[in-house]
Amino acid sequence: MMEAGILGYIFFQNALLAAVFASIVCGIIGSYVVVKQMVSISGGISHAAFGGVGLGYLAGINPIAGAFLFTIFVALGIGILKDKTSQNLDTLVGAVWAAGMAIGIISISLVPGYTPDLFGYLFGNILLVPASDLSMMAGLSILIVAVVLMLFTQLQAVTFDEEYARVMNLPVTWLSILLLVLIAVTVVMLIRVVGIILVIALLTLPAATARKFTTKLQSMMVVSVLLGLVFSTGGLFLSYLLDVPSGATIILLATAGFAGSLLVSREFFK
Amino acid sequence: MIPAVEVKDVSYRRNGTLILDRVSFRVQEGDMYAIIGPNGGGKTTLLKIILGLLTPNTGEVSLFGNPPEIGRFQAGYVPQFRTFDFRYPITVREMVISGRLSYIRGATRRYRKEDYDVTDEVLEKLDLLRLSGHSLSHLSGGEQQRVILARALVGKPRLLVLDEPTVYVDTPTEIQFFDILEDLKRSMTILLVSHDIGVISAHVTKVACLNQTLHTHDTPGITEDMIAATYRCPVDLIAHGLPHRVLREHHRREEP
Repeated sequence: MMEAGILGYIFFQNALLAAVFASIVCGIIGSYVVVKQMVSISGGISHAAFGGVGLGYLAGINPIAGAFLFTIFVALGIGILKDKTSQNLDTLVGAVWAAGMAIGIISISLVPGYTPDLFGYLFGNILLVPASDLSMMAGLSILIVAVVLMLFTQLQAVTFDEEYARVMNLPVTWLSILLLVLIAVTVVMLIRVVGIILVIALLTLPAATARKFTTKLQSMMVVSVLLGLVFSTGGLFLSYLLDVPSGATIILLATAGFAGSLLVSREFFK
Repeated sequence: MIPAVEVKDVSYRRNGTLILDRVSFRVQEGDMYAIIGPNGGGKTTLLKIILGLLTPNTGEVSLFGNPPEIGRFQAGYVPQFRTFDFRYPITVREMVISGRLSYIRGATRRYRKEDYDVTDEVLEKLDLLRLSGHSLSHLSGGEQQRVILARALVGKPRLLVLDEPTVYVDTPTEIQFFDILEDLKRSMTILLVSHDIGVISAHVTKVACLNQTLHTHDTPGITEDMIAATYRCPVDLIAHGLPHRVLREHHRREEP
């Protein structure tokens, strides 16, 4: 069979492994993003990562390392500003979003001679994941799962009712900033694999679909990891069969799944 | 005796607008203290200052003689209905037990058996035990209201602070809710705010009117001068709380 044949290639095995890691972290962190309505903040953070990539090139360091530093800096900045000012967060996110992209483009234009593949950072290429990236993804996935397991109760309290968490003297500011940093780490870890645009889809669509069928945050996370696996591996095979780009196929499959869940839960007809 | 709540000369400005102007009052232990006033009169702001969620520009607040950040350990808070997302994937029991978090130490703050016991006890008392595995979005308005109250009660508070507790529920549910408060009044101090003069029923021991400035005689009654000062216009004082009390016995059961 054709499918069995493709499984024999190392690059395809790597792609499947990358899909597994992406599904795990996106399912868990994406659940927080969806229940706390942080989709636009996550969009801002992930697009700011593009600025980090450009600055990385300009500084002559690994662009992904540049993206890590810059994105965590942006996450901290948003977290602190959100706490200290009454500035409309939506406007702030819009500014970060656009400025991040602009910084990336200007930085890369200043790098003499060599123009890297910008398209690759926007859409990623899951079929070109090097083995070194896989071990980084494995490590970060374990880190994210460990942090969430350890702080689950508190993160739930803060994402559910921030004000009440404050009355109970939980470290709300610290936990909110931590959550933004976890989003930043997730986004950057997946940039080369699924790209800035797909990472937002993988963060939100499986979690939003899972939410329709679950009553607990824990089960929402598990279901959205499973859905992420179905969408990403399904998209991979489908893209191979149809000979179309894998990232876009995964997005469209996830969108179809979400649309299907809306129809099934009859939300359109209420 | 140290008062449960002491507010001294508190003023608060938001973006230059004066919200609270030298507000002072005192809630003694055992009081059921109601603050009424129009929407935008600063009631919620005042409660947030009392709980240490906002810092006043001038003046001081103490809870049981301590600053709010410390004193609020002994307070249970019932925030205004629908200030959080009812579609959040959380069960009734999970939400209610989260009210124990201020007592739990350690980095992970895991719940202990004692926390589950207290939670089930409060759920039972508020007739919520049968709903404990349900998600919030599947409950009726009155049930949601009791869940929010239950979360405040699992911390065994000495002071219960309620912000517009009955604003989104129907009259029978409101009567049932005040029956519960009447029962709680015997074991804790209660401070509530409302824009609805009707809540000032037989239950309340002291009442104040708030609209930027606070007026009180430290008595259960509202006087015309308090109303006039608060609403800045004459108000008909035929309280619509009265028929509620007459009908109370007939509305014990809540609709599903």
